[in-house]
Formats: sequence, structure tokens, C-alpha cells
Amino acid sequence: MSCEKISNALIAYLDGRASSDERGVVEAHLKLCAACQERADEFRRLWQVMAEVPAVEPSLGFDARLRQRIAAPPRPKFWAGMLPAPRFAFSVALLVALSVWVGGRQPRSVNPQIATANSEEQFRMIKDLGVLENYDVLSNFDALSDLPASTQPQQSSQPGNDPDSGSGG
Amino acid sequence: MARSDVQLMLDVKAGDDVSFELLLHKYRTPLVNFLCRMVKDQAAAEDLAQEVFFRVYRARKEYSPSAKFTTWLFRIATNLALNAIRDGRYRQMQISIDAPGDEDGPAFQLPAREARADDRLIERERNRMIRGAILTLPEKQRAAVVLHKYHDMDYAEIGKILGCSESALKSLLFRAYETLRVQLALLVARPATQAAGEGKRHEL
Repeated sequence: MSCEKISNALIAYLDGRASSDERGVVEAHLKLCAACQERADEFRRLWQVMAEVPAVEPSLGFDARLRQRIAAPPRPKFWAGMLPAPRFAFSVALLVALSVWVGGRQPRSVNPQIATANSEEQFRMIKDLGVLENYDVLSNFDALSDLPASTQPQQSSQPGNDPDSGSGG
Repeated sequence: MARSDVQLMLDVKAGDDVSFELLLHKYRTPLVNFLCRMVKDQAAAEDLAQEVFFRVYRARKEYSPSAKFTTWLFRIATNLALNAIRDGRYRQMQISIDAPGDEDGPAFQLPAREARADDRLIERERNRMIRGAILTLPEKQRAAVVLHKYHDMDYAEIGKILGCSESALKSLLFRAYETLRVQLALLVARPATQAAGEGKRHEL
């Protein structure tokens, strides 16, 4: 077995938790591989060194502090102050619901005729928007409005004004 | 006959606060030591341990013995410690083993004894190096090593606490110990003279 594959079984072998099969495989590898044998020896020494570090004891007031904390009344949640009573909470909820309902009904109360007229006017505006926004057209309108009244004979197609129409009649 | 931890916790659930005191008495030292090795500072470790016991007490009504009591207890402690470390609440613990130690700190003072002053200094320095090396491990590796080495837990239990499979845990532990072996080479490597002597014996 390769050194890489043996690595996962090495810790269990050293702490005595490896199965007998695993132990056999690791021992066979360690006899052949000096590097892994060296590593195993250093792991053993590492564990001895780590065991030197003494344990600490909790401070004297540890239990008393915990008891005090357990005995203390639970801290109120941050929104608890906003809802001092269930009745108040219900009233607020009802008011909000009522506002939403009234707000939702408002547009439907408009007179249908007025609404139709408004929409027609808006439609006309939208339709003429291209013209109204066209600067050239607006400029020309101004120029036309300044012109004197036309003196040219009307080339109308009305039957009474047509000179040729009398000969025919 | 002594009641099991699970039975004690079930009694706490039933309203027996004396059972909670028994559990507190049994596990406060292991828990503080575990958290101390996770976050270095003893005051911070005690704060976290208080939080663990407080949560255990608060959750007593919902307790169901689905796992060993220690698995449940240390899972709460590990999650709290990992969150605290990741939040950066205990950033001061990210120390280098080359940094000067807190020799005057109350947490790791050696017990008084009639040893020579230089021996005590050497011992203190060795402890500081070992603690420093453990604290430089990534959080999950650190938790795995502390539970494995200092709390003698089996792989199944550590796996449940850390939420990983046994094979993943073995790999995690190998990497962690390999890092420590390199970091603490001064303490764990064989003396050169001993190695040379063995080499000569092999040659003969």
C-alpha cells in the first residue's frame, strides 16, 4: 500500500482504534517504509508532548454566574415593546386591513362616463403626441398664423363657382 | 446506582434542577478546557461555556435522547466556538508560536511546585509553543484534534460533532497532526545524536 493510502489509517493505528486488518496493513507498510516509520514515531512523541499541557479550572464564580443568568427573566424581544397588548395589536391589524380595503376600492367609485371621457381625451393626446412634440410643425403653425388673409381666388370645387359649369347648365 | 447523562438530562426535562447541577459539575471543566483550546483566552472560553450550559437548560423541554449527551453538548460548544471564531470575536487568538507568550495570564499558570525557576520557564515556553501550534490550525482541524487528543472521543462521536464522515475525519486528523509535527519539530524530532547513533547501529 502507498504512503498516501496508509496515512488515513496511521492515526487509528497509533491510537489503538484500528481494526486488526488495518493494523496488519499498516505494520507491513511501516516495516518497508522508513519515512512512514519515522513519521509514526514523531506522531507518538507529538502526542506525548501535547499531553504535557495542563488543564485549566473554571473560575470560582462560574456556577454562580450561570445560575444568575438562568434565574434572570428572559430578555424581551426587540419588537415586544411595540405591541404592549393583544387588543392593541388586533386593533392595529384591523386598521391596516381596513385602509388597504378602502384604498383598493377607491378607483372603482369614479363615474364611468367621466372615466370614459378622460380616457378618450388621453387617447387623442397620445395619438397627436408626435405632432405636438414636432418642433418644425409647431414653428410652421406660428408662421401660418402670421400670414395675411389669402386674396387668391378660391379654386373650389363647389358647383356654383365653377365658370365652366354655367355653360354646361 | 449512578444515573446516565441521558437520564440526568431527562430528569432536567421533567423539572429536576438538581440533575442539571450534576451535569454542570461533571462537564464544566472539560467544556471550559475544550473551549479554551479553541479560543485561547480563558475568559472568552468561560463566556462560551456559560452560553452552552444556558442553551442546554433553555432547550431542556425539547430534549430527546437521539445521541449521547456528550455528543449533543460538544456539538453545541463546537458550533458556538466556530461561529465566534469566524465572526472574529476572538481574533486575538490567532497568534504565532513565535510571538511572545502571555506568561502572566492566569489561565495557563503552572501549579506551584518546588522546581527550579529555569525549569519552570522552559516548561512554560514548551506549553506556550504547543498551545500556539494548536491555535494556528484551521478551526475544524483544531476542534478535531482537541476532541481526539484531549477528550479521547472516538471517531464516530467526533464525526457527529463536526458533521463529517469517519474517513473524512481521519484525513482531517492526519493533516492536522502532520501540521503540528512540522510546527513542533523542535519538540518532537529525534535528537540528531540519537538518530546518528541508530544509523551507525544499522550500518553495523
